[in-house]
Amino acid sequence: MSAAPTVERPPASTPSPRRPRRTWLGLDRDGLILAIPALIPVVVFSVYPLLRGIYLGFTDARAGRANETSFTGFENYASLLDDSYFWESFRIGLVWAFSVTILQFVFALGLASLLNQKIRMRWLARTLALVPWAMPQVVVGIMWRLVYHPNAGILNSVLMDLGVIDGNVDWLSSFEVALPAVIVVGIWAGMPQTTVVLLAGLQSVSKELHEAAAMDGAGVWQRFRNVTWPAIKPVVLAITTLDFIWNFNSFGLVYVLTEGGPGGATRLPLLFAYEEAFRYGNYGYAAALGNAMVVVIALFVVFYLRQRMKEADER
Amino acid sequence: MNRRRPAVTSLKYLALVTYLIFLAFPLFWLISTSLKTPQEIALIDPTMIPREITFDNFTTAFSEQPIVRSILNTTLVAGASCVLTVLLSIPAAYVMARYRSTLSRATLVWVLLSQIFPFILVIIPLFLLLRDFGLYDTYIGLITVYVVWSMPFALWMLRSYVATIPYELEEAASMDGASKARTIKDIVAPLLAPGVVAAGLFAFVSAWNEFMFALVLIRSPEQQTLSLTLVKFIGAEGVARLGPLAAASLVATVPSLIFFAIMQRRLTGGLLGGAVKS
Repeated sequence: MSAAPTVERPPASTPSPRRPRRTWLGLDRDGLILAIPALIPVVVFSVYPLLRGIYLGFTDARAGRANETSFTGFENYASLLDDSYFWESFRIGLVWAFSVTILQFVFALGLASLLNQKIRMRWLARTLALVPWAMPQVVVGIMWRLVYHPNAGILNSVLMDLGVIDGNVDWLSSFEVALPAVIVVGIWAGMPQTTVVLLAGLQSVSKELHEAAAMDGAGVWQRFRNVTWPAIKPVVLAITTLDFIWNFNSFGLVYVLTEGGPGGATRLPLLFAYEEAFRYGNYGYAAALGNAMVVVIALFVVFYLRQRMKEADER
Repeated sequence: MNRRRPAVTSLKYLALVTYLIFLAFPLFWLISTSLKTPQEIALIDPTMIPREITFDNFTTAFSEQPIVRSILNTTLVAGASCVLTVLLSIPAAYVMARYRSTLSRATLVWVLLSQIFPFILVIIPLFLLLRDFGLYDTYIGLITVYVVWSMPFALWMLRSYVATIPYELEEAASMDGASKARTIKDIVAPLLAPGVVAAGLFAFVSAWNEFMFALVLIRSPEQQTLSLTLVKFIGAEGVARLGPLAAASLVATVPSLIFFAIMQRRLTGGLLGGAVKS
């Protein structure tokens, strides 16, 4: 890698003054001076905390300055495995992440293919489709609480009029329906991003190929399977992977909607970790939970991507 | 394709309308609630469209000390984060665009990596770090965190804007004896205006909308940002309070609506443009 003209290694204690100027990250002095005001804060307030956070997962760190923190290796993980709350929150987290990701993908694909056609008022439809994206997470949560509100909410009123239910349902406080209700909000909140990405994918599908297939008498489904799908597959792969990661790591939306209740029915892994850290002060344990989440995500991503790659090779 | 099949076409429109109702209806309901009188909100059978439109909820929201206070706090925090992010990002973005360095790739990797790691891993050490610096529960602490977390993406945006500025302009400046810093200040920065607006808006809106960091890093009610105040507000969930809550939530949405109105073309267009080529 070194571009030094001399082959012999200079002794470590006396670096040769003639060595070509070592550059860091490929930057000279001017470049470094310009980049450093941005680099230092990022390193101090995000790279370093992240590394320390990963390390904390292997310690018994607790709130309170008096407590000594010591390295405990995998002790936290052993207790995690014994903790039924942990299993429950990961189960809920996976149900949430998979349902939201898959349903969102299906709905977004439908919407994107509608928006990809020549239809009237397309500009309006495209603008309206972005609405959830333009709203702050907290407002999304509050808005849906108003929709789900047992007495003043519109959902109960509409369903009663349609005769689907015959009494007001308290959607977010009922043990059975809270998780599905929250999943619907999750799908709603992420629709625009997924739709925009899939729409971009659909627009890259060759029109000529489509027409040629239609000429040869291929039906809608066949054209989708053989022309559209192969073309959008890389985009689908990317967005579903990202969606899964975002959903598994989601916190704010469900916190605003239910705070993890009722009785932990919507307690996603991060809500559990947040409680452990800032309600009970178990920093080490909460960080270990975070590390476990990274492992789950990494396993999923590797497995998913490899599976898809294999399929691609077989074609 | 289906011009001769009206059944298919109407099905298509039906599907589209269903989608749009699903996507837009909650917002419609929020607006509707914010315009109702407390009596109308309390009705057993809620009305879709307010019978009597009133702006009382907005006046009530704005007459409540905590809400006004937190709007001012949020404006301050978001404004400072916006300015600092842009000021720190311009030189670094310049370096990323003009130097053949690993910095660009490092930034991109960091943007991606920070998506994978759950926020709990960062927030505990950040909380401890800010506490040790005496910045816990202060605006400065929160602003620092916002600047740092919107910077990688802001850098990535600005970098592409710098790349469109012809290098010849800079060569001419340096021929005339201008230093690098001077060149950036007088030649590059003015031409960067659209990029600066985009990155600045991004930083402002991310700070304005942020919730998780504020939840952990701010404790005293006087320092709360709007997100926090709104979430506290739902705790006291008397039906009478729903109107002002809806009104305040709409006010909280304004900055990101403006951002999206300005950026809509770029968000969809830019993404589409890039995807078509690849």
